[in-house]
Amino acid sequence: MDLSAINPVLLIASLMVAATPLLLAAIGELVVEKSGVLNLGVEGMMIVGAIAGFATAVESGSPLLGFFAAAFAGAALSVLFAILTQFAQANQVASGLSLTLFGLGLSALMGQSYVGVKPPRMGDIHIPVLSDLPVVGPILFGHDIILYFGIALTAAVWWVLKYSRMGLVLRAVGENHEAAHALGYKVIRIRILAILFGGACAGLGGAYISLIRVPQWTEGMTAGIGWIALALVVFASWKPWRALLGAYLFGGVTVVQLNLQAAGVAIPVEYLAMSPYLITIIVLVILSADKSSAPASLGRNFHASR
Amino acid sequence: MKLTKLLTSAAVALGLAAGAAWAQDKTKVGFVYVGPVGDGGWTYEHDQGRKAVEAEFGDKVETVYVENVAEGPDAERVMTQMALEGADLIFTTSFGYMDPTINVAKKFPNVKFEHATGYKRAENVSTYSARFYEGRAVQGTIAGHMTESNIIGYIGSYPIPEVIRGINSAYIHAKKVNPDVQFKIVWAFTWFDPAKEADAAKVLIEQGADVILQHTDSTAPQAAAQAAGNVYTFGQASDMAEYGPKPRISSIIDNWAPYYIARTKAVMDGTWESVDTWDGIGAGMVGIGEITDAVPAEVKAEAEALIEKIASGDYHPFTGPLKKQDGSDWLAEGEVADDGTLAGMNFYVEGLEGDIPQ
Repeated sequence: MDLSAINPVLLIASLMVAATPLLLAAIGELVVEKSGVLNLGVEGMMIVGAIAGFATAVESGSPLLGFFAAAFAGAALSVLFAILTQFAQANQVASGLSLTLFGLGLSALMGQSYVGVKPPRMGDIHIPVLSDLPVVGPILFGHDIILYFGIALTAAVWWVLKYSRMGLVLRAVGENHEAAHALGYKVIRIRILAILFGGACAGLGGAYISLIRVPQWTEGMTAGIGWIALALVVFASWKPWRALLGAYLFGGVTVVQLNLQAAGVAIPVEYLAMSPYLITIIVLVILSADKSSAPASLGRNFHASR
Repeated sequence: MKLTKLLTSAAVALGLAAGAAWAQDKTKVGFVYVGPVGDGGWTYEHDQGRKAVEAEFGDKVETVYVENVAEGPDAERVMTQMALEGADLIFTTSFGYMDPTINVAKKFPNVKFEHATGYKRAENVSTYSARFYEGRAVQGTIAGHMTESNIIGYIGSYPIPEVIRGINSAYIHAKKVNPDVQFKIVWAFTWFDPAKEADAAKVLIEQGADVILQHTDSTAPQAAAQAAGNVYTFGQASDMAEYGPKPRISSIIDNWAPYYIARTKAVMDGTWESVDTWDGIGAGMVGIGEITDAVPAEVKAEAEALIEKIASGDYHPFTGPLKKQDGSDWLAEGEVADDGTLAGMNFYVEGLEGDIPQ
């Protein structure tokens, strides 16, 4: 056992990478749920984003283009969910679950010819001087652009929800859609936009796995991150910064447990493997003790005639 | 992921059932794969063997395969389905198919089964494996020379004898050429999960490893090593030449084709018997992929001499004096490990750190 072999700087840098897909998906779902819609299809939208982004990046040679395609594909899949729940008034839980199953199957089909293919690499940004600083450099200034985008998105969502008129309207729709409707807000339209945003974010998160974190395509490679994102939104009490904290915690413990294993710590591997789930849940449950409650209309369908 | 696997295999099984009407004169050979045929590693090479069988016998043979079959009950269902459709010979190509193979074989005494890397046999079940540890000896030799940090990372899959043999063999030979060498072992508990394999490789690199050996099947660790820069890797099960000349500096290649052809022929001729085959570099079942120019000429020459000695049988990778990890004696000076001990190997040799997960 040799804990000195673990380099804390590299550890923090790589936990940020491990956390980013989770963060992107969770922020998207947070906005969706704030508008009063429960979309359980995050995993499906992520995996479709992963293969759409991968395929586009391979064919075009541009990872950035791949991310755009991934966001588009995630949003496109969420349109299906929007039609089912907002127009056909279908049950949101059932529609979301079927979206996940559909996405997993569709991605496996789309990915047939991309197994074992090498994608073009997304370069890390390099800022002269700053990136070369000891400690701070690799942690703050040595990543790819999508990772920064994830943090910026968290900040933007937080600001919009809290301070902007748009955020206020979105929250009103999520808290009481009848009242919002009576005030003249287009409940269905606002919800559809939120669902599209959530789909795009999930797609980005998926592509981050297939283009940067691994980078490779395999069937089912999101391996449950979408479900963790869903749980994260609840445990984070629908607050963006807590979602970021939760994502980093989960990513962090995931990386730390592998590090501990490599350093030869005498804890059975099975316990190490379950630790990310346990620790993230425990910490967020403690944090959510302030009784912040869910958006009041969460999961309820709206129809103007009622 | 479990669910999709289940669904795909169920769908494939149904599809197979629909096409159950064959001409009886054809010999039907089934293959059960643990990963996708495009994994670029273990399953890919088995599928190359399947294609070789088709090329060899042409119209006289028909092959079917099911990929991504989870080890466990799922595998049993897939095998049963194959047998019901009239397969004459079924190759089950992963260690975890051992009990399912035996169970299904009991129900179909007229179908011949071949289980890769296992140790349970029956009237109609043969086992076959390759002496990958011979290849690991070559890898260890090269790795011991190439490492500058003296830390070699090893991504283990499952703690089964097959994998432990590989770790021991690589370690013994790395230590021989570089007494300061240290192994860091991470258990991934999967044969094929690129995300997990990539994470494991990155962690090992962050902890100072500059050579990564893997016993998992995907090329994700190769990609991680390439991104990191100054790290060397070896192709696992397949050549993985697309990552050469660096990071991939050599590889162990499984060559199943001759065996698959011979066994299919035996079924056709009615001479098939339950056997236990364990061939290595000498018989051509284990191939060593090209050692690239990133390796210095004298190291390459040394590795090639070792390959030669192992192939001719002059040298056995497990030759004494060797001690177990706890310091107890295992092999005396000049003594060679017997196949029984090797087949059930569940201990590290002296010098390796850490415990084998139970």
